[in-house]
Amino acid sequence: MIATAKMIQRVVLYEAVGAKRLDPSLRHDLMRVLLRGGYSVSRVLAGDRLVPLGHSSLIVLGQFEGELPEKLADDNGSVQVLVRDISGMEPPAIATLVQELASETGEGTAAGWKPWFPVIDYDRCTNCMQCLSFCLFDVYGVTNDGKITVQNQTNCKTDCPACSRVCPEVAILFPKYKAGPINGDEVNADDIRREAMKVDISALLGGDIYSMLRDRSAKAKSRFSKERDDERALKERQRCLKKLQESAGMMDIPGEVLSSLPSLDQIQEKAVQAKQRAADAIELRDRQAGRNQSNAHPGS
Amino acid sequence: MSQENQSQPPLLYCNCSYAKVVPEDVKQEVLRQLSESGRSFEAVADLCEMSAKRDPALIELLKQPRLRIAACYPRAVKWLCSAAGAPAPDDAQVVNMRILPADDVMQNLMSNESGEEST
Repeated sequence: MIATAKMIQRVVLYEAVGAKRLDPSLRHDLMRVLLRGGYSVSRVLAGDRLVPLGHSSLIVLGQFEGELPEKLADDNGSVQVLVRDISGMEPPAIATLVQELASETGEGTAAGWKPWFPVIDYDRCTNCMQCLSFCLFDVYGVTNDGKITVQNQTNCKTDCPACSRVCPEVAILFPKYKAGPINGDEVNADDIRREAMKVDISALLGGDIYSMLRDRSAKAKSRFSKERDDERALKERQRCLKKLQESAGMMDIPGEVLSSLPSLDQIQEKAVQAKQRAADAIELRDRQAGRNQSNAHPGS
Repeated sequence: MSQENQSQPPLLYCNCSYAKVVPEDVKQEVLRQLSESGRSFEAVADLCEMSAKRDPALIELLKQPRLRIAACYPRAVKWLCSAAGAPAPDDAQVVNMRILPADDVMQNLMSNESGEEST
């Protein structure tokens, strides 16, 4: 989970008692501008009961007739409500107003990060820990009861769906991926057949991806021990990455991710750590399963 | 705050603001039609980000019975919500803007019948 104390600022387009209905095109333009700015927006009409969603502040906009409404939500006064009349204002000016008010409330916006991270379909996941073992960036973790979980979403490399390609159960989704079933589309018979053919990552790449890097690292070391040349080292690394990219093309790892990989030695170290974490998790999972079995059949 | 109207299912629109996976014309047309409808609704910039942040507002939004969500694939939305610690209720209906034309999305959102998930 991403550590944040901020909720996304909620803006209410108030069109209930005491306010005029907004012009539909103004409402649409406002919605567009505010959503693009990363805010959450509620449209509220007469007859609606306003239910707090846990925000500590609300920005309420409307074209008010007479007095501004004082009491808008069923709250006990703990919610800071900032009411502003937007009569005669255009969307860009309203967006600026909202920005100023939001800096006053201290609540955040959704902008700033393309939310790219894996989501586990637990209806399909068998807790095999291949994703944990594969990911070099500590995106995955294990819960106290030995269940695989996504722990560090922001560590995930944008547009890289490689772990979902490794998953033998098609259980890892990236909702913003271009194609199914990784994007959440239903898993069909062809997908299952393809996964069955994979068997595991070793078969897929004709040897494990990290072993390949290690082999190349060893060769490079031997060569560089004879001739230390930065330019040659760089060229060799580029050749290695190109080769890796070709081999891993079917995994759709973006070039930027491959070129931003740490040094080969660091990759080797990370791979060993990731595999160890997976082994520990499997041990924990099996211990947990054994414990559950003895609870279900005591004395057997 | 959310809206509560006993006769109509609450609506939640995801703008998927930070990716181009939902066709822009569909997204904008759905938002336009929602804006021009006589219905209250909630719109969020990006459900994925709310899920990643475990935004408490998402948890509250998902508590609403008969919720209809205009977003992407139902399987993705289901597990995004689950990842946020806010499993979508069984009667929630997800309407997929990635594959449906805007008019079909609106028809699914506005129909009075409670139905199966739309894909």
